[in-house]
Amino acid sequence: MTRSFRALLIRDLRLAARVGGSGVMGLIFFLAIVTLIPFALGPDLNLLARIGPAILWIAAVLATLLGLDRLFQADEEDGSLDLLRLSPAPLEVIVLAKVLAYWLTTGLPLVIAAPLFGLLVALSPEGMLAMVATLLVGTPALAFLGAVGAALTASLRRGGLILSILVLPFMIPTLIFGVAAANAALGGTVPFMTPFLILMAITLVSAVVGTFGAAAALRAGE
Amino acid sequence: MIRELANPTRFMSLSGIALPWIGGLSAVVLVVGLYLAFFVAPADYQQGDTVRIMYVHVPAAWLGLFFYVTMAASAVGSLVWRHPLADVSQKAAAPIGAAFTLICLVTGSLWGKPMWGTYWVWDARLTSMLVLLLIYGGILALWNAIEEPNRAARAVSILTLVGAVNIPVVKFSVDWWNTLHQPASVFRMGGSTIHPSILVPLLVMAVGFTLLGVALHLSGMRTEILRRRVRTLTILEAERLDAGLAHPAPAGPAPIRTGAA
Repeated sequence: MTRSFRALLIRDLRLAARVGGSGVMGLIFFLAIVTLIPFALGPDLNLLARIGPAILWIAAVLATLLGLDRLFQADEEDGSLDLLRLSPAPLEVIVLAKVLAYWLTTGLPLVIAAPLFGLLVALSPEGMLAMVATLLVGTPALAFLGAVGAALTASLRRGGLILSILVLPFMIPTLIFGVAAANAALGGTVPFMTPFLILMAITLVSAVVGTFGAAAALRAGE
Repeated sequence: MIRELANPTRFMSLSGIALPWIGGLSAVVLVVGLYLAFFVAPADYQQGDTVRIMYVHVPAAWLGLFFYVTMAASAVGSLVWRHPLADVSQKAAAPIGAAFTLICLVTGSLWGKPMWGTYWVWDARLTSMLVLLLIYGGILALWNAIEEPNRAARAVSILTLVGAVNIPVVKFSVDWWNTLHQPASVFRMGGSTIHPSILVPLLVMAVGFTLLGVALHLSGMRTEILRRRVRTLTILEAERLDAGLAHPAPAGPAPIRTGAA
């Protein structure tokens, strides 16, 4: 089971590196959104610093959605999903490996790049540190919740649009507590740890719900 | 009892008898409730006549949640027993629940304009209902996206149950989010106690709405069963025609198919 987990993880990482360069694309998309927002709001750095965590978090949510529709669809199309279903490893392990690979190629680059993008919205050093911490803890939740939607829409031809409608409402709690924790680090009455611990809890719950939900959805889609 | 009802044919005959009664009863109760709400119940000393919107608003909110619970229960039936009637119940409940949620939001914002001076505020209650409407939208979209009814039912069941786990989390976080932004809420719900002169019409309306919801649900389920029968018959007919084309001479009976497609 560990072997198939590792094999699938390495396969997906290799595919991501060689085929789409999805990590780089996610980063560019992230940058594009962060660039767009000052055009809409005006270049006032004080305002941008105040809403900076919110901008970065919304960009992270959208960037997570970007490649999500291909998470299981690509495997469904070329038939490898059927082979994975037949393999002795339980589907939950397969989902876990695929989501982990997805997060490593889309979520982790955002986390690493967050301080850089924080500069664009004039975040203070504490703010940047908080952004990295909240994104590191929160983006796995987005990937796991998104996996349920991706599994449900794997066999649909125009799954991408429905996928966003399905998963965005469920990402609201992650967004709320991610932004709240980042804002708390910038100052305010709420201590940083309160929303941050809740964010961690949401990630853990999402990991369970996402893994079992996506595996059930893949079984139902047979 | 449940086992007998679970047979779609039995369900069709029983619900055919029950439906006019439930529908008629809901009409009577709603007429009484509306009469009480408009002519008997007093106008609120602060809110004036706008308080009467509440008699529609509160039952609609309750039914919006009630139908999600119905869907979640049916989803368990779909996944565990693979029962076609549970699929049908789930599918019929989704648009009704979405409609009641929408009625709740619309009446709420109509009430909000004279009372709060704005159609929409990002109050925790309003926002959670809006998110519920979004989730209903996702469920309806998924129903429409998958053509094969059994597969659609299984996919939607999973989504509904994931939603059932997540809705309390969403509700909790929205509450938290709002209290963070607006510590002292200016919105008071009705006051500390509800006087019987308001409570009685409200309860009558709630009963009437629930009966209406049940009647709509039964009628929706009957329509869906008939729709599935038509679908199966169409497929059988198409197969018969196909077979007829392949063998010009009528060769035996039509292919036998058990279950829905």
